[in-house]
Amino acid sequence: MSAIDTAPPRSLGGRLGDLFWRRPGLLVALMLMPPALWLGIVYIGSLLTLLLQSFYSLDEFSGLVVPEFTLATYAELLRPSNFDIILRTVVMAALVTIASAIIAFPIAYVAARYARGKWKALFYLGIMLPLWSSYLVKVYAWKLILAKEGILTWLFGTLHLSWALDAILAIPAIGGNSLSVSYIGTFLVFVYIWLPYMILPTQAALERVPVNLIDASSDLGGTPAMTFRNVILPLAFPGIVAGSIFTFSLTLGDYIIPQIVGTSRLFIGQAVYTQQGTAGNIPLAAAFTVVPIVIMGIYLTVAKRLGAFDAL
Amino acid sequence: MTAAVSLRAVSRHFGSVKALDDVDLDIAAGEFFAMLGPSGSGKTTCLRLIAGFEQPTSGHIEIFGERVEGVPPYRRSVNTVFQDYALFPHMNVIENVAYSLMLRKVPKAERLKTAEAALELVQLGGYGARRPGQLSGGQRQRVALARAIVNKPKVLLLDEPLGALDLKLRENMQEELKSLQKRLGITFVFVTHDQGEALSMADRVAVFSEGRIRQVGTPEDIYQRPNTPFVADFVGSSNVLPPALVERLAGVRRYASLRPEAIRLGGEARLSGIIVARSYLGPVTRLAIDAAGLRLHAVVPSGADLPGEGDTVGLGFDSAALHLMGAEP
Repeated sequence: MSAIDTAPPRSLGGRLGDLFWRRPGLLVALMLMPPALWLGIVYIGSLLTLLLQSFYSLDEFSGLVVPEFTLATYAELLRPSNFDIILRTVVMAALVTIASAIIAFPIAYVAARYARGKWKALFYLGIMLPLWSSYLVKVYAWKLILAKEGILTWLFGTLHLSWALDAILAIPAIGGNSLSVSYIGTFLVFVYIWLPYMILPTQAALERVPVNLIDASSDLGGTPAMTFRNVILPLAFPGIVAGSIFTFSLTLGDYIIPQIVGTSRLFIGQAVYTQQGTAGNIPLAAAFTVVPIVIMGIYLTVAKRLGAFDAL
Repeated sequence: MTAAVSLRAVSRHFGSVKALDDVDLDIAAGEFFAMLGPSGSGKTTCLRLIAGFEQPTSGHIEIFGERVEGVPPYRRSVNTVFQDYALFPHMNVIENVAYSLMLRKVPKAERLKTAEAALELVQLGGYGARRPGQLSGGQRQRVALARAIVNKPKVLLLDEPLGALDLKLRENMQEELKSLQKRLGITFVFVTHDQGEALSMADRVAVFSEGRIRQVGTPEDIYQRPNTPFVADFVGSSNVLPPALVERLAGVRRYASLRPEAIRLGGEARLSGIIVARSYLGPVTRLAIDAAGLRLHAVVPSGADLPGEGDTVGLGFDSAALHLMGAEP
């Protein structure tokens, strides 16, 4: 009997198998081809076209796009009325991110450290369940909850706390006629909708903190608070940053929530929507979309500087 | 003299599992003490109870005369070298070693000096700026050791400290640990499943099995005079002779152990058997012998005239080599 089965494989599958075994790179290339083409041509390509558009301008009289390189559109972006939109969106995104992180951490911590077996399944279900229902339904549900005739107003009234709600609504700038037409309302809905995207990565990061590192810290004299600050938090930090990338960028780009719940003042997403739709100002819409990209670029750079990705 | 660590009727149950069951133990100050046993025997649970990561279900534990039940690990003057080292991946070597000093708010210059001295003690001076991920297994082991001794604990616990190292490194580390212990004068308690390691390093050994301590004694006691068949088999790979056979050989109905090296081939044969396997170990050869259904091992000097597999041989030994144990298995 021969030591090697020298008969060449007959079937196409067999020959392909041999080929891929000899040239593993070929298989990887084949598998990566479709997503690479999609990402390279359809996505990056459209993005670059969009960027190009932002360097064109709109002819005021004809309403046509002038395909000549100019920075005029960016100058327009910095006009107070437009710059306010950017500022409003960034502040909202930052506040939503901070609030999400604060709310998400204890939930993620309990799930990662204490939940076992069916409690863990219940946790995942609790986090994922809201993601399975329509985003629009959730936002409209919140509009009802926050409305002047809504359940929150009723609850405050029943608890004889109407004065507190009135005091909150009386706060200049962020207050309003009712929660559903105030920035507070927009903020609450944003936090609710994006919270799972903060909890899941934070929980995953906390779960990866080995228990024996916590034992080691405790062994070396670390009280629970010290261990939390010096071991758990630094090791979970990449997860929090990953979550914050979601909450921050999703808030930056969203145009539905502020349209349904909140004031009539625009956020970036709405500005893009109106500029490319009703106003027909594609260059300005393109310039607006560049803003979140630039902000996220800065955000990721800062996060990297802080060492958020060191443990990856 | 107060014992460094004493356990009084200590049990630790996890649900219906008795990880540690009614254990009494005294470890003397300055001693190099080994807790030996197969996995799941309760030795690691015992270590974790002393460290404070676990609380006893019943009984009490004293460290230098002070009761420590309910005292968290961070208030015990006990430090641990973890099995997989448990170095903090987000800190460099010197930060790892200086961690406990940092928590105690020792001024930075002083703690760096102390940590560097501890690193020099384990022959890793100058490695402070590296990350744990850049070190070899043996180096990580030393960092873990430096981190645990930097505070001069009263008791140092080592959980399978050499388990992940290769043979050569392990032998070096054994000697180093021993000399380090002598120099520091700290009580070392180390957990291992490697009988050779326990016997060669420890002043005294406790043999664990199924949550109980089967025997405590010097390595020589444990090796030469095991008190149960389990200890004889686990510690010395000794031959355990059943009561019926011992009654025939020595006149008492008890278990007995017979060291493989005490068996002679030929001469006045007291047993006979068939050789089923032969392994050459250099100066000695190890024989597996089937003596009427009883598997025995013999270690004899290597030589050209040794019988081969399938040969029937007569086995001789001095009566003094037959060590009588209890009647229970």
